[in-house]
Amino acid sequence: MATSTDIQTRLATTSQLRLNQLTKKFRLGESVIQTLIFTCGAISIVITSAIVVVLGQEAFLFFSNPEVNLIDFFTTTKWSPNILQFGIWPLVTSTLVTSFIAILTAMPLGLCAAIFLSEYATERVKGLLKPTLEVLAGVPTVVYGYFALTFVTPFLRNIFGRETVEIYNMLSAGLVIGIMIMPLVTSMSEDALSAVPRALREGAYGLGATKLETAIQVVVPAAFSGIVAAFIIGISRAFGETMIVAIAAGAGPKLTLNPFSAAETMAGHIVRISGGDLSYASLDYESLFAIALLLFVITLTLNLISRYVVNRFREQYE
Amino acid sequence: MSTEKSYMPEGAQLKAFIDSRHRWGMIWQSVFLLATCIGILALTALIYNVVDSAFGLVVVEDRIDPATISTRPLEELSKDELVAILQANLSEGAFNKLNTDQPYTSRSKENVLEVVYERVVRREVEGSYSLTDSLLRRAEIEQEVAQENPNAKLIFRSWLTPQFLTTPMASKPEFAGIRTALLGSIALVMLTMLFALPVGIGAAVYLHEYASQSFIYKLIETNIYNLAGVPSIVYGMLGLAVFVRALEGLTSGAWFGVTDSNGRTILSASMTMALLILPIIIVNAKEAIKAVPDSFRQAAYGLGATKWQTIWAHVLPNALPGILTGSILAISRAIGETAPLVVVGASTFITVDPDSVFSKFTALPIQIYSWTARPQAEFRNIAAAAIIALLVLLLTMNASAIILRNRFSRRSY
Repeated sequence: MATSTDIQTRLATTSQLRLNQLTKKFRLGESVIQTLIFTCGAISIVITSAIVVVLGQEAFLFFSNPEVNLIDFFTTTKWSPNILQFGIWPLVTSTLVTSFIAILTAMPLGLCAAIFLSEYATERVKGLLKPTLEVLAGVPTVVYGYFALTFVTPFLRNIFGRETVEIYNMLSAGLVIGIMIMPLVTSMSEDALSAVPRALREGAYGLGATKLETAIQVVVPAAFSGIVAAFIIGISRAFGETMIVAIAAGAGPKLTLNPFSAAETMAGHIVRISGGDLSYASLDYESLFAIALLLFVITLTLNLISRYVVNRFREQYE
Repeated sequence: MSTEKSYMPEGAQLKAFIDSRHRWGMIWQSVFLLATCIGILALTALIYNVVDSAFGLVVVEDRIDPATISTRPLEELSKDELVAILQANLSEGAFNKLNTDQPYTSRSKENVLEVVYERVVRREVEGSYSLTDSLLRRAEIEQEVAQENPNAKLIFRSWLTPQFLTTPMASKPEFAGIRTALLGSIALVMLTMLFALPVGIGAAVYLHEYASQSFIYKLIETNIYNLAGVPSIVYGMLGLAVFVRALEGLTSGAWFGVTDSNGRTILSASMTMALLILPIIIVNAKEAIKAVPDSFRQAAYGLGATKWQTIWAHVLPNALPGILTGSILAISRAIGETAPLVVVGASTFITVDPDSVFSKFTALPIQIYSWTARPQAEFRNIAAAAIIALLVLLLTMNASAIILRNRFSRRSY
């Protein structure tokens, strides 16, 4: 009898113990670490908010200055802070010209290279070409700037004549930006092309299509969303590129669409002005933030569009 | 219908049709190959262009004839004899100052020789030629120099020398070096990683281990993707407003009793750079953590480990190679980045080594930028030499990342 009660009590205590153990024990260290790690995760959101708040705040100060007018900012065509004229267009047009030249260079080259790497190249050739393009992507932009100024510009001046091409010109900067973003466009497009299932290609071959017809009429359309996304990311990169234009495209805002002439882009202007002696709380200082905000909004929009295109138009294969 | 016939050709026509399709295939294949080669051609042109400027003939003119200083050519003298020449020809103050800068006993012979050329012979570079010209048109150049400047000598010079790496900035290109820039870059990158690495890994752990697939996960992930696409100059503006201006007390060291500084310090620059490379580190670290098989985690939980114990003892050690590879890529991005440094106020002319996180600084790309922007040809030469130093540094880092990746990726789960 005594034994059975003994067992009963013992059973009761162990099950009590079990129940206690099943509820999660509070561990201080664990909670502290979890909080810390959550903070790390949240920092990226803090950074984005900081960008928006800081640029927005300074830009707001800029626009609330009585000398400045938001409508004039977007409608007048002269940027000369010395005489208090702030029309953004000269900076925008030059940015558009360099980016347009860049994407015109990078788009065909990047797409063709991607098709070659994904559809034609053998594993060995691919293993040789891809790292080389990766090296091209890893070259610092200041080195590209040097290249544009000391190699591409003299080259262009020899072809088109010294009278037409200025020492600093948008064409040279645009071409070199194009070379810079080409590896990015290539690798993103190639990823999209490689993701197209093999069955689609086999199907095309089975219908008697040649390799070229398969690539152009089957694989490229199937990977179209990825390719478009690559182009948009390329444009966004070209917009924000700074050192190449700062070195090779010249100083001084100028409203022109002539690629042979010198004109300062948005990023180039920020770098030149902030590199000099800049006093805080001056109109010059605040104007840079207004330009940076515009640049941020444009590139962010392009990035969001690119992500949307990928998610929305992606072909789903099982 | 007339189209029906051309739709299905027969006999010789069919053969011609197929041949033409294959011909087009061949043509386009060459076009695709050509496009790929243009990228490689651009890389070759870039490297050629840099090397072309970094080596070549220079026209030098000695203000004082070396023959009046020593009977034998200066290059053949020993280090002690060169020091003796310095002592004989410089004022005592100048001689002692050189000794305090760097003691003669610890200087190399080449270094002392350079000092002799700079201070005693007062050698000046009058002009320089590219490597291609130097090799192919040497006779013409010699003639030209002999006509225009009979006193000058023509010597072959490599602008990239050990001296170039170890001397600080100078106003004359032939005596300038990248010591300060190199030290600045190294200090900057180390401090940047100190800030970015723990936070980046923490964020990656949060994303993969704690927040999987929740609303916050999607928000943070989209956000990181967008941050990676923000132009570097925008980060520069952020750093200027926040670290240089708003937190000036912290970044100039005023809160810690440093008085001779403003916010434009290594500390502000590295904090700005840390923000810039954070998305790269997070994305790479997340991929590395994702690659650790789930069975590892289950096994740890099965043995009663807590979540953090599992992460710390099993997930992170196994993800380490991938995290390291990603970090090296992030470092190479940080080393080459120029625009944000210009914006947060890197100095372009600075001759003292950075000695604390609150010192003013310059970095390798900043030096390249400022030298490229100058009109004199000799500055282009030293810019090219600095570019070679930068590219070698980057290539070494990337190669080590690839070796690391290959070494550890052989291990399969």
